[in-house]
Amino acid sequence: MSHRGKFLLGGAVILGALGYLVYAGVSQSVVYFVTPSELQAQPVPGKAYRLGGLVAPGSLKWEARSLDLSFILSDGKTSVPVRHKGTAPDLFAEGRGAVVEGTWSGEGYFKASLIMAKHSEEYKAPHGNEAQAGYKELLKTLKGRGNP
Amino acid sequence: MTPEIGYAMTAVALGLALYGSAACAIGARTNRPVLIQSAQHAAIGTFVLIGAAMLLLVYAFLTFDFSVRYVATNTNRGTPFYYRITALWGALEGSIILWSAMLSLYTLLIIVRYRSRQAEFYPWVLSVMLGILAFFLLVMTIPAPPFERLAPIPPDGRGLNPLLEDTGMITHPVALYLGFTGFTVPFAFAMAALITGRTGDEWMRVTRRWTIVAWYFLSLGLLIGGWWSYHVLGWGGYWAWDPVENAAFMPWLTGTAFLHSVMIQERRRILKLWNLTLIILTFGLTIFGTFLTRSGILSSVHSFTQGSIGAFFLGFIALVLLGAFGLVAARGDRLRAEGELDSIVSRESAFLLNNLFLIAAAFTVFFGTIFPLLSEAIRGVKVSVGAPFFNLVNIPIFLALILLMGVGPLIAWRRASLDNLRRNFLAPVGAGILAAGVFRLLGVANALALTCLSLVVFVAATIVLDFYRATGARLQTGERLLPAMGGLLMRQNRRYGGFVVHLGILVVALGVTGSQAWSIQTESTLRRGEALQIGQYNVRFDGLAASEESNHFKVTGTFTVTNNGHALAVMTPAKKFYPQEQTPIAAVDYLMGLREDLYLVLGDFARDGSQATVKVQLNRFVTLIWIGGFILTLGAALAILPEPRKAPSPLSSPPGGERAG
Repeated sequence: MSHRGKFLLGGAVILGALGYLVYAGVSQSVVYFVTPSELQAQPVPGKAYRLGGLVAPGSLKWEARSLDLSFILSDGKTSVPVRHKGTAPDLFAEGRGAVVEGTWSGEGYFKASLIMAKHSEEYKAPHGNEAQAGYKELLKTLKGRGNP
Repeated sequence: MTPEIGYAMTAVALGLALYGSAACAIGARTNRPVLIQSAQHAAIGTFVLIGAAMLLLVYAFLTFDFSVRYVATNTNRGTPFYYRITALWGALEGSIILWSAMLSLYTLLIIVRYRSRQAEFYPWVLSVMLGILAFFLLVMTIPAPPFERLAPIPPDGRGLNPLLEDTGMITHPVALYLGFTGFTVPFAFAMAALITGRTGDEWMRVTRRWTIVAWYFLSLGLLIGGWWSYHVLGWGGYWAWDPVENAAFMPWLTGTAFLHSVMIQERRRILKLWNLTLIILTFGLTIFGTFLTRSGILSSVHSFTQGSIGAFFLGFIALVLLGAFGLVAARGDRLRAEGELDSIVSRESAFLLNNLFLIAAAFTVFFGTIFPLLSEAIRGVKVSVGAPFFNLVNIPIFLALILLMGVGPLIAWRRASLDNLRRNFLAPVGAGILAAGVFRLLGVANALALTCLSLVVFVAATIVLDFYRATGARLQTGERLLPAMGGLLMRQNRRYGGFVVHLGILVVALGVTGSQAWSIQTESTLRRGEALQIGQYNVRFDGLAASEESNHFKVTGTFTVTNNGHALAVMTPAKKFYPQEQTPIAAVDYLMGLREDLYLVLGDFARDGSQATVKVQLNRFVTLIWIGGFILTLGAALAILPEPRKAPSPLSSPPGGERAG
């Protein structure tokens, strides 16, 4: 076999191995993005999903001591209860979009291992007096407390 | 008036760049130096106009000129002075100005350096660079005008994205864009080589140092980006395989491949076609990265159609690839190899393998980044490809690359004899195996970490061995130790600069391995006076305080940290509430250490200050990544120094001396 042939063969073997690596990587770690309706239609316990929806107003519960976070993700038609251990990310709030990654527990709720809040990049007018008042109150209650 | 003046400047600059590009090409083709002279003036005019437009925009930011939409969306009256300057590149329109400014700076440097040298290449290089500059000016004129007028003029602006109010964001885009635009220089020379038919290795030798400069700034940009992510985003990581990061990482991978494969062409006159392909791909990927991150295509393929900027970039990428590869095809007869590979056990094939793996890594990153888009566009199924995919596929590739980093520089050209292999690799391989054993005994159980540590020791040993031998040879001639070492670094700066860069990469690799393998974290809600324990540290919550800053409110937690009972520090992670944002932003506090960082993120808290949730991480060896970046800087600086004329050495001179000079 010529040198060229050997090099081509060697290259082909390596490329084949890499191709397999990519194939295995994709089939193992691709995560399907579903809406609450799609998930509720045919939930597979233990399978990894990314579930996206709106955090239903009034559904957010946070047990600070045990770090238990629970809320309901909704797409307007169907909703899915979600449980998570730990604080939510900064941009997470009721009435806003969120994407959670995790598995269907098989017991009626989605077990989230990761919460991603959706960051809106659109132009937003600064908050009105209402929000400002909220911050002022926060300042008042906290001012002077603790040892900075 | 500011919007109109600014718009006029960019429009005139566009006209000048287009004229200059055409005049250069015509001047070169018809041999009329006057036209090239005139194009040169146009290029300088473009540089001045872009600089002035940038200053005008800075002035608009400093004076709160909210008649400019871009100023109104990216600043408000509370934005501190220095962030009003860097708000310039806080969003799309401004970053295109920054890009153009960098590119026109490189163009100016090309004029200064080559106007009376490289007479064959120069006009075409200038023409290509002005053509590319014209594209970015076109983007500034039509789809993303930074000077768009806002009417009616609002009393206050929206404010800068709070995450960008950070020193990392002052430097990161500048470094990154100097890297991106820097690759335009070797690309333009490659095109000039194809157009003029001088497809030898001249264009690569001329641009060798330019390529290192571009590569260095791109590396620095990536590292600063990691540092920003680490100390701003509050998740304790520095790399998330986010598409935005991948977009900058892909040209780095192909650029690194190019940097190495040009050495084979210079020495052996093979791989001409390959090198051209690599530089075209690298340049194409810098543009593709901007397309990916700025067109909105990432959030969904459907958002792509909303703005026209994506179409502009896609069209430009198609034009670049068609034009460049068309030229390659037209010159196919001149791109035949003048030599061939002799043996698989040789430096050529080590470098080839290095290239293969780097390209494979770039391809997998590319594939993983666009797979969700393809899936959505073709199958209508939304999927996500996250860190697990990239880690699974890339870790073996990067381990192989580290191994080759040790083999490549020391193995003989053409055909390595058994003697060469024994002489250069016996001791380092021994050191690597010994290191694996020692670390195993020290309690390192993670197989991946053990492999990486062993490889790093192997590569470091090859570098030390080489430097030791070369210094020894100089000592034989009666030189003293320090002058011998210094002389070696200066006289063979390209080789040893490369080695120092490799050392930097090794230190980064140690940092990545260590932080992935041994970092730990815990999260807990503490009442005032309560404490949590992590490693040997005790973290006690002492209370909350609130304050009013220039453009936000801040709630700061106070935590007293002791190390094995000894008082260590009072740490103050905070949460910042920006009026323009609906939710707060965390301000991380961390104690940096060589071995580990103690990293505190304030979570939820009670309004009366009685309790707070805190996430505490012990991030191990992350500091090594920043130290590695510093070493890399030293190495790149050494490699960029002009090469001394004629520095023959027994290790790097080609056997048979097939290359004169």
